Amino acid sequence: MAIFADSSTRLIVQGITGQEGQFHTRQCIAYGTNVVAGVTPGKGGQKMDEVDVFNSVHEARQATGANTSMIFVPPPFAAEAILEAADAGIELIVCITEGIPVMDMLRVKNYLATTSSRLIGPNCPGIITPGACKIGIMPASIHQEGGPFGVVSRSGTLTYEVVHQLSQEGFGQTTCVGIGGDPVNGTGFIDCLEAFEADAHTKAVVMVGEIGGSAEEEAAAWIKAHMSKPVVGFIAGLTAPPGRRMGHAGAIVSGGSGTAAAKIEAMEAAGIYVCRDLGTLGRLCKEVYE
Amino acid sequence: MKIHEYQAKELFRSYDIPVPAGVLCEAPEAIDQAVEQLGLPLAVKAQVHAGGRGKGGGVRVARTPEEAREAAEAILGMKLVTLQTGAEGRTVNKVLAEEGVSIKNELYLSFIVNRDDATVTIMASRDGGMDIEEVAAATPERIIKVGINPLLGIQGYHVRLVCLGLALEPAVAKKCGAMLRNLYRLFTNADCSLLEINPLIITEEDEIIALDAKIDIDSNALYRHKDIAAMRDPLEEDPNELEAAKYDLNYIKLDGTIGNMVNGAGLAMATMDIIKQAGAEPANFLDVGGGADAEKVENGFRIILSDPNVKGILINIFGGILRCDVLAQGVVQAAQSIGLEVPVVVRMEGTNVEEGRRILADSGLDLINAVTLSDAAEKVAAISGS
Repeated sequence: MAIFADSSTRLIVQGITGQEGQFHTRQCIAYGTNVVAGVTPGKGGQKMDEVDVFNSVHEARQATGANTSMIFVPPPFAAEAILEAADAGIELIVCITEGIPVMDMLRVKNYLATTSSRLIGPNCPGIITPGACKIGIMPASIHQEGGPFGVVSRSGTLTYEVVHQLSQEGFGQTTCVGIGGDPVNGTGFIDCLEAFEADAHTKAVVMVGEIGGSAEEEAAAWIKAHMSKPVVGFIAGLTAPPGRRMGHAGAIVSGGSGTAAAKIEAMEAAGIYVCRDLGTLGRLCKEVYE
Repeated sequence: MKIHEYQAKELFRSYDIPVPAGVLCEAPEAIDQAVEQLGLPLAVKAQVHAGGRGKGGGVRVARTPEEAREAAEAILGMKLVTLQTGAEGRTVNKVLAEEGVSIKNELYLSFIVNRDDATVTIMASRDGGMDIEEVAAATPERIIKVGINPLLGIQGYHVRLVCLGLALEPAVAKKCGAMLRNLYRLFTNADCSLLEINPLIITEEDEIIALDAKIDIDSNALYRHKDIAAMRDPLEEDPNELEAAKYDLNYIKLDGTIGNMVNGAGLAMATMDIIKQAGAEPANFLDVGGGADAEKVENGFRIILSDPNVKGILINIFGGILRCDVLAQGVVQAAQSIGLEVPVVVRMEGTNVEEGRRILADSGLDLINAVTLSDAAEKVAAISGS
């Protein structure tokens, strides 16, 4: 059916009373997501629209049986918010916040490895299982339910472009995961590919990467060894100059590694159908699927 | 954010990491005082945010007061061109004069945030003073890597692994161990994303000293380091990029002729790639962000157009949070207040796209409307004459 999020998701929103938190909580509820509580320290007992607000994730989880959290807490406090959610036993933590110091994320990532919580993000649009559950800031209208494509991406609006083209070609999506543009993040490409491979409704996957790091190369190696479903790939940043940070904190080409060309080569060598012209991605997906 | 060598060494001093005595000079006359204070010989080093300064003529050794003066006069004000500055080079506004030291051994040492295994990783090599990328490519076995879990912090065995790998004598290893612990403290406390010492030297007297120092700080963490944030040197940054940062726009100037304005970093990179595929070159990277409003769009326009190389503009917006009608109003407002002297291709998709297209069509402005990305690429090719 889907990966990581579906109709059994019971969502809390950390930072629900902030401007962003309010706006996107309403959008998620309108989509049909089961938002069971919000958390803002010091505002426990209040309500955001119809949603009860608690002082801590522990309280919110105890009262509502929440299994998933969406985080809109500002960067100086966001790492702590992730830790609090993990400590309270939240299974899936989706952190939208952009601009968390990387040293904070190093500590978070090492701590999460000792828990059973899964983190998506930070600095990501979130995750959506069309028709069932939207946890994030993506525009709902471009999505189409029912699969057969799974989508995993390091970028926000670039993912929207990809999803839009899929829907235009008549293809729905099982689940779309934005893993985020930061150098140190939670769930990676391989986690998502593994889940898509195991998901019966996902018949093919689109993987959207960008310059910087070696996550795409590692994913390519994994695909070659383990993936039976076709994968269409796209890499942004062929024209990016070396040494410059292109918006996302993780998007930097250093010393000849992390280039788009190297990633594309690795992906093609692994049998991934790499799209070189973003305008034609939808068509390529159609060709590959048929 | 990059800081200068002399600033990195100030941070080193405050963490008890040994560096040569030095004096910062902003005018050639100031070097006389430095000679008096530091003695001779001394090194005169250009302070710019770029590596490869030695090869570019930005570092000189002076053995007499006259040579020191000559070196300062030659380097201050020069356009220093190195592999990292690009052909246009960087103007040198400051030099660091440093006492001479007797070098027995040159080593390489750096700390990085290792995104692959979520550690702070120490890299060290006995091949100091050389281009470390070349060492890594040619003889990777000569680079030692030791990863430190930040929840545990630096342990004795981390230190021993580095010192053993560098084959240090026990007396030096002890000093190196203390230095590694202090560097780790500095790296994590100050939110460094890179800390590099090349060369790290062992003197004839078996002292271990950071002869060079390069530090990059995680910009996302500057809010908790006001002292380091104050080290920003605006003269080292592109004026347009500084201007953009004021409006919370993410702008990077490039060498091409097609300006572009996009929401979201990934889509912005992909849009630059599309411009290139259309046979043109992007003039910039500009991410207006998800929450852009009419004012941001106007400021984005202004910054793009301040680059005289720009012959055309592509706007590519995928409306999610940023609705297409809001964007369209921003474009119209900007065009009316700045005046459009170059062709502009607008491609919009997403939330309220019909309303957005209607606003642009009704504006009477001479905008080129594109529906899909492929369509946009063709229209960019047409305006760039390629």
